[in-house]
Amino acid sequence: MEFFEKIIGHFYTALIAQDRYLLILEGLKNTLIMTVCAVVIGIAIGVLIAVIKYFAEGNRKLWILDKICLIYTSVIRGTPVMVQLLILATVVLVGVREMIIVAIIGFGINSGAYVSEVIRSGINAVDKGQEEAGRSLGLNRVETMRLIIMPQAIKNILPALGNEFIVLLKETSIAGYIAVHDLTKSGEIIKNNTYDGTSLFIVAGIYLVLVVVIAKILRNFERRLRKSDRN
Amino acid sequence: MIVTKNLQKSFGTNLVLKGIDQTIEKGEKVVIIGPSGSGKSTFLRCLNLLETPTGGEIWFEDTKITDPACDINKIRQKMGMVFQQFNLFPHLTVLENITLAPVQLKLQTPEEAKENARKLLARIGLSEKADTYPAMLSGGQKQRIAIVRSLAMNPDVMLFDEPTSALDPEMVGEVLELMKDLANEGMTMVVVTHEMGFAREVGTRVLFMDEGKIIEENEPAEFFANPKHPRLQEFLAKVL
Repeated sequence: MEFFEKIIGHFYTALIAQDRYLLILEGLKNTLIMTVCAVVIGIAIGVLIAVIKYFAEGNRKLWILDKICLIYTSVIRGTPVMVQLLILATVVLVGVREMIIVAIIGFGINSGAYVSEVIRSGINAVDKGQEEAGRSLGLNRVETMRLIIMPQAIKNILPALGNEFIVLLKETSIAGYIAVHDLTKSGEIIKNNTYDGTSLFIVAGIYLVLVVVIAKILRNFERRLRKSDRN
Repeated sequence: MIVTKNLQKSFGTNLVLKGIDQTIEKGEKVVIIGPSGSGKSTFLRCLNLLETPTGGEIWFEDTKITDPACDINKIRQKMGMVFQQFNLFPHLTVLENITLAPVQLKLQTPEEAKENARKLLARIGLSEKADTYPAMLSGGQKQRIAIVRSLAMNPDVMLFDEPTSALDPEMVGEVLELMKDLANEGMTMVVVTHEMGFAREVGTRVLFMDEGKIIEENEPAEFFANPKHPRLQEFLAKVL
């Protein structure tokens, strides 16, 4: 009994005392905002890059754009996201006061490089005959891409995009380094105020629940997609 | 209607078409036969520039379509193409498959396109499939829908690239039947096929290709009764 009372005591100090749960909620809100915005930016950049690479294959005039995309993906995937974030916060976007905006931009740019590869594989997985059928009907390359290839590619890669959401949710936990008050930072603040690590377990638990729930939703979604394919 | 002059195509160092001179007149039903790897599909795919020729010229109704300044998308609206693998769009319903191009290219209003598509579906007896997805159809149904999808553009010529080769034997008939109907209506057709019966019955001219060249051509009765080139005699002996 004493053991449980002790645990309840720890939780009380970490959450209820001095309304510390508000701190956690504030952090959770920022974590979710960062994740959602970064995923949206990442997908936008990813689609752009994948489409440029696709068109550059058949058009040598686009080689400069193709090279720029190649450099972008190599640099982003070849350096730690932490370093990228620090460079953004302290050098490139040094005038921006709202650090959460810096973090969103940083994670978005980072995610775009990975998402572009996912989307590219999705585009490549669409049968070549689909493009030929579209073109033979008189549609131009852009119309064929937009109306025929992209819808099929996106369907192919929805699970992978969902996974990117999970990855980003956890990755944003380093945003505290550039003074963003995210979920992890909340845990740390409470730990420092209470001299007790319980808050970190609470934070870990919240991440875990979020990831498990999102993964479950994705699995259901994927199953529904597969079902429509079978019919 | 279609004229090719010394048409050549190479993939890397591999010369697949070794100079083809052909004139296809309006209303003709040209059937191209030959062993696999002879270049017959490549020739057909060059006609609407799905393959870019590496030499020679192609003319379509007084337009030189091998000219880089030519708007090939405009030309393709007049040249329907049917593929071996059907290539229906799996993410769209049958009706949407048929109406996509005419509506997108502003040739028909959405209402016109739908009405037209329903007429075409009624014609092939698949009206009840309008709102289903291609994955639910048999191969023969898919190919017939692919054919009317091309017809919805009101093309001047139809190109068929082995339209029955991917079908179960029992479904070949329904597709050939539809192609025969088209032929009887006067559609200009260029057909790459292994269906010798179709070539004999529907074709107005049969071409035999081997190793990138057309080595014999004739009207079908004579073509099959009196093959002259030894390579053609050998080929016909094997397939007939």
